[in-house]
Amino acid sequence: MRLALGVAAAALLLVGAARVQAVRDGAFPESNAIDEAIYIASPTALRRLTAGFTALAADVYWIRAIQYYGGTKRRLENQPPSPEPPPALADTSDYRHLYELLDITTSLDPRFDIAYRFGAVFLAEGYPIGPGRPDLAVKLLDKGLRERPDKWQYMEDKGFVYYWYLRDYRRAAETFAGAGDIPGAPNWLKPLAATTLAQGGDRRTSRAMWLSILESADVDWLRKQAEHRLLQLRALDDIDALQARVAAYAARTGERPRDWAVLIRAGLLRGVPRDPAGTPYVLATDGRVRLSGGSPLSPLPTEPVHLAPTS
Amino acid sequence: MKGIAAIAVNVFRESVRDKVLYNLVLFAVLMIGASYLIGQLTAGQDVKVIKDLGLAATSVFGLFIAVFIGIGLVSKEVERRSIYSLLAKPVERWQLVLGKYAGLVLTLFVNISVMALALYVVLAYMRWGVPPLTQQAWDAPALDPALLTSIFLIFVELALVTAIALLFSTFSTPILSAAFTFGLTIVGQYSTDLRNFQDVVESPAAQRLARALYWVLPNLAQFDVKAQVVHGQPVAARYVAVVTLYAALYVGFLLLVSTIVFSRRDFK
Repeated sequence: MRLALGVAAAALLLVGAARVQAVRDGAFPESNAIDEAIYIASPTALRRLTAGFTALAADVYWIRAIQYYGGTKRRLENQPPSPEPPPALADTSDYRHLYELLDITTSLDPRFDIAYRFGAVFLAEGYPIGPGRPDLAVKLLDKGLRERPDKWQYMEDKGFVYYWYLRDYRRAAETFAGAGDIPGAPNWLKPLAATTLAQGGDRRTSRAMWLSILESADVDWLRKQAEHRLLQLRALDDIDALQARVAAYAARTGERPRDWAVLIRAGLLRGVPRDPAGTPYVLATDGRVRLSGGSPLSPLPTEPVHLAPTS
Repeated sequence: MKGIAAIAVNVFRESVRDKVLYNLVLFAVLMIGASYLIGQLTAGQDVKVIKDLGLAATSVFGLFIAVFIGIGLVSKEVERRSIYSLLAKPVERWQLVLGKYAGLVLTLFVNISVMALALYVVLAYMRWGVPPLTQQAWDAPALDPALLTSIFLIFVELALVTAIALLFSTFSTPILSAAFTFGLTIVGQYSTDLRNFQDVVESPAAQRLARALYWVLPNLAQFDVKAQVVHGQPVAARYVAVVTLYAALYVGFLLLVSTIVFSRRDFK
């Protein structure tokens, strides 16, 4: 009986402490901002300070990099939507410490494979999903290649950054070809280089590249990325097909359809079209078909442009 | 009550006999040495640096006292088998736990008071001869009474850490107790990160777990107002009251659990 009373009283005191903490949280809120300071920015200094524990310190910095990237991305996603500023005016300083954190991680543990590969994607992603710094992504992968010239995956990732983010198809093709030359590289890299050079940034090449990544991905996150990108490419195909039907209706009747119901009644569609993630497409008043802002596939990548013919 | 007081005084006497107060000499040497050296190195920020150093040293020295004496409060009696003669006296087990706790808190209080005094003496020395115009440029006056707020919250935090150490001392060995107490103290400094965990993970289960840990684990970061005080920023009296109430409730919880655990131990 005494024991039960004691335990109940202890529980009550703990609940009381939690309540007081909640009161303090409410009355004196602390900043939710993720600790952005990098107290020691020099990888060399950190290597010396963590002597004997550099690998563990690299793990800590990798976790910090993930938290920093994930936290910033989520914070920006939760902000009320605002008209997208032109790229030159976009404030990408939200991610200003990302490269430093990745640089420290890979300096502390130069064979930290995932830090190079994921880090490059984090850095290359456009604002607000990432800082939009494909140049830094290439720099990070080059650092990895200096450490491990046998890693065709770094070379493939670098080619991918040139292809997808920098739209530099010639360099992408050269890099894919270079990756294919590395002993042990898969045999699809050489054809990918040839296709990239011949057809540049068309959707078929993009699809082929993402399919290759999907098949060769050895980590779940990269596989999910590839699946996501493939669904986005399917959505781009869908939008083209739907746009053609809208144009057909306009040509037939001389007026733009106001909504999907008009096209359904006209027999051009069977139902409200949905994107591969299941969210209905939007038919804007100007007659353009687009992805809903609430779709998990939004925003779609900017449509690749064809490579100018080489002389 | 008399029993608790008698045990508390004994704990204090024992800590004096164990030369715990020698740390005060180390503190004084550190402060005097730093006040001389830092003046040469910090480009006019010497008063700020001395305040930072003094408060940090108070906190660290206090933490070592709280942990290394706290973990032996009960377990040492058991190891030395003096627990038998103690329990043979007309003292309840809960009185023993509370008395031990009060004794160590008293030791901490004396230590921290002397360290605070030493800090003010060093700051008075550093202020001596500094032109009023230079003093006006400081974020806060050298002999800022607000330093006492920070020192008080350090004391409150250490009282909580002592209760943690005492809890582990009732059922574990000193080495394990030290590891547990230091572990919990470090975790307690980062509990805000647990609250912010929901911003960086998507798994609802992980979010719930982090939330639960945030409420259950001691939040020690809230007692740290050192930087605020040194920069002359006000610390609301209500804030001090709320976090002190939190500490009182949490200490009550820990002491109650310690008493329950200790009461059920069989020393045969």
